[in-house]
Amino acid sequence: MSDQNKPSVQGTAGHHDHGEEHFREKHLLLDPLPRGEMNAMVMESMQTTSWRFWLVFAILSAIVVYGLFYKWGVLILKGQGEAGVMRPDYWGIFLVNTVFWIGISHAGTFISAILRVFKAEFRRPFTRAAELMTTFGLVQAGFSVFMHMGRVWLAYWLFPYANQRMLWPNLHSPLTWDLLAITTYLLSSTMYLFLPLIPDMAMARDRSTGWRKTFYKILALGFRGTEGEWTHLRNAMNIFAFAIIPVMFSVHTIVSWDFAAATRPGWNSTIFGPYFVVGALHSGMGAVVMVLAIVRGTMKHMKYFIRPEHFEAIGKLMLIISMGWAYFFFNDYLVQWYGGDKWTKQLLHFHEAGPLGWMWFAMLVFNVVIPWSVLWNHKWRSSPWLIFFVGLFINVGMWFERYIIIPVSVTINRMPFTWRLYEPAIEIPMSIGTLALFILLYMAASRLVPLIPVWEVQEGQMAHKLTRFGRKTVVTVSELE
Amino acid sequence: MNSKIPEIKLSEEQTGKWGMVIDQDICTGCQACVAACAMENNLSFVGEVDAGYGRSMHWIRIERFWEGEYPEVKMTPGQPMMCQQCGSAPCEPVCPAFATVHSQAEQLNLQVYNRCVGTRYCANNCPYQVRSFNWRDYVRPEPLPNQLNPDVTVRRMGVMEKCTFCIQRIHKAEDKAKSEGRELTDGEFTTACAQACPANAITFGRIDQPESLVSQLIRKHGHGVKHLEELGTLPSVTYFKGG
Repeated sequence: MSDQNKPSVQGTAGHHDHGEEHFREKHLLLDPLPRGEMNAMVMESMQTTSWRFWLVFAILSAIVVYGLFYKWGVLILKGQGEAGVMRPDYWGIFLVNTVFWIGISHAGTFISAILRVFKAEFRRPFTRAAELMTTFGLVQAGFSVFMHMGRVWLAYWLFPYANQRMLWPNLHSPLTWDLLAITTYLLSSTMYLFLPLIPDMAMARDRSTGWRKTFYKILALGFRGTEGEWTHLRNAMNIFAFAIIPVMFSVHTIVSWDFAAATRPGWNSTIFGPYFVVGALHSGMGAVVMVLAIVRGTMKHMKYFIRPEHFEAIGKLMLIISMGWAYFFFNDYLVQWYGGDKWTKQLLHFHEAGPLGWMWFAMLVFNVVIPWSVLWNHKWRSSPWLIFFVGLFINVGMWFERYIIIPVSVTINRMPFTWRLYEPAIEIPMSIGTLALFILLYMAASRLVPLIPVWEVQEGQMAHKLTRFGRKTVVTVSELE
Repeated sequence: MNSKIPEIKLSEEQTGKWGMVIDQDICTGCQACVAACAMENNLSFVGEVDAGYGRSMHWIRIERFWEGEYPEVKMTPGQPMMCQQCGSAPCEPVCPAFATVHSQAEQLNLQVYNRCVGTRYCANNCPYQVRSFNWRDYVRPEPLPNQLNPDVTVRRMGVMEKCTFCIQRIHKAEDKAKSEGRELTDGEFTTACAQACPANAITFGRIDQPESLVSQLIRKHGHGVKHLEELGTLPSVTYFKGG
């Protein structure tokens, strides 16, 4: 990638016809800007910070300090009795949040690895925004797991570390599988986030001064853009893109085994693995469109990079995933009902007709009815703010789904004497605290990390050209990578 | 009978060693076992609010249900429910820290309080819902600390606990028999709940010895029921009802 290969936009800018203009307006990859200008735009979007940003930042910090850290301190000092858990609901909102955040984290890998492997070109401007969600979502999932533990100060006992008593974690326990899977996912997704970041870090290093220069200098690992460096980087990214896909599928399958391997009615379902993976993608894609709509609406120059065509493409994916979720939901319900276990039948009845039946119906409306009725329309799914609300509804619906699977389902067990409905207490401020921390981390990252992988966009723009054959203008693609 | 169905042969570990028989027909539901268990095993007093919210700490509870529709309702006989000391316990494999383990010597499910980190997976996976979690550090008002049993650990906040079949009494009796150079005899000691039961509805002993009182009772009644046996948990407690 040298400057000579740059598409000569300026030369042809004067005389393209109306059709070409339409193409350029619509598609980012057909609307190239000079590379220097584009780099400057990304740098500027990172460095321009308004007072509104700091106001939101301060409010969120206050919520994190109060909701997450102060309340967590109270929880540790006074015990899990501060939360709403009891017999038989030993697992509460903390584990709902764990599953929820791991679900959110799936979209990053889905978008950047699967779409990269399939060479879906529309992914280019927002792979990084999605990957950041993966890492930050996993941070919240980790926090939520530790909040849930009765003696969190002994959490290191779950790690396989050498100790005098030669005690290892119990590898029969799904929780140990979970810990290994989530740690693997966190490490590999962080590396996968970092690899495509190196050229952008080098770009930022060459265009900044002061502490930023030092910061980017360290993170760019001395990247200069030589042919050899690009080859190595591409090889590493290819290996990671393929290797991380099975990791992603396995993580949520293993999370589902926490429930599926247990003996409780409503959990002991063999379809839980794929059902959870599709559910994770459902909420994850919803979260991606929400983040993209906010980034586009609030950050400078982002309207150039993130266009309605991207929302349109993600909207199609969301529609398909919503259909997949509906299928697996129905499958899970049908198989459990057909199993004929009397406790499971009682539980299924409790889901829709119990005191939280409204949540069950809201889940179906938010996860199926709303996406299906909006996303089929090309115009509607191209609208950032409309799709933002669809994403919001999907995320609320998916949170409800996890709430129904965990605290609502454990209400009904095989000992009717113990049946009791869960009432959350300290979990509510702490959940809001985790959400605030996620947004806070994202906001901080948007000041430090180029949210747009500039080099990927430029690479795509170089490969795509408008070529005129006779009277017709068509999009041609030269070989990529 | 279809002879093709193979008979399930239980290994020595799965049949269990210690067991209990509970005659629900003579249980009066007086809760003496609950009180005796709490005294013997240093259970915390959780207070009115937490007990009302399903956090009561009892290793044994008397379950009673209504049967039928109003006005023709009938109380079911009292059903003392405690850890069934399963031969194949669902709580054991799910603990990530090996805090819930099977003892080879006593064939009981042990809870290692020191090792527990409080993930509460065992309690979730227990089909009998007999595990109690220390939701807080509960205060024992004076003079109750003077009553603590020195043979039993006092648990702190954040750990799981459950019925142990009064393992401290088992050990005491075994040690005594060993020091006197003899075998432990049936009925030499019993658990706190069985000792306190005024109706003798609870009997404790060796279920692996055919001449022990519990084995005789099981044979005599002939219609003993083990709870949720269909899950394959191999419980050690047998219930008699309607005999």
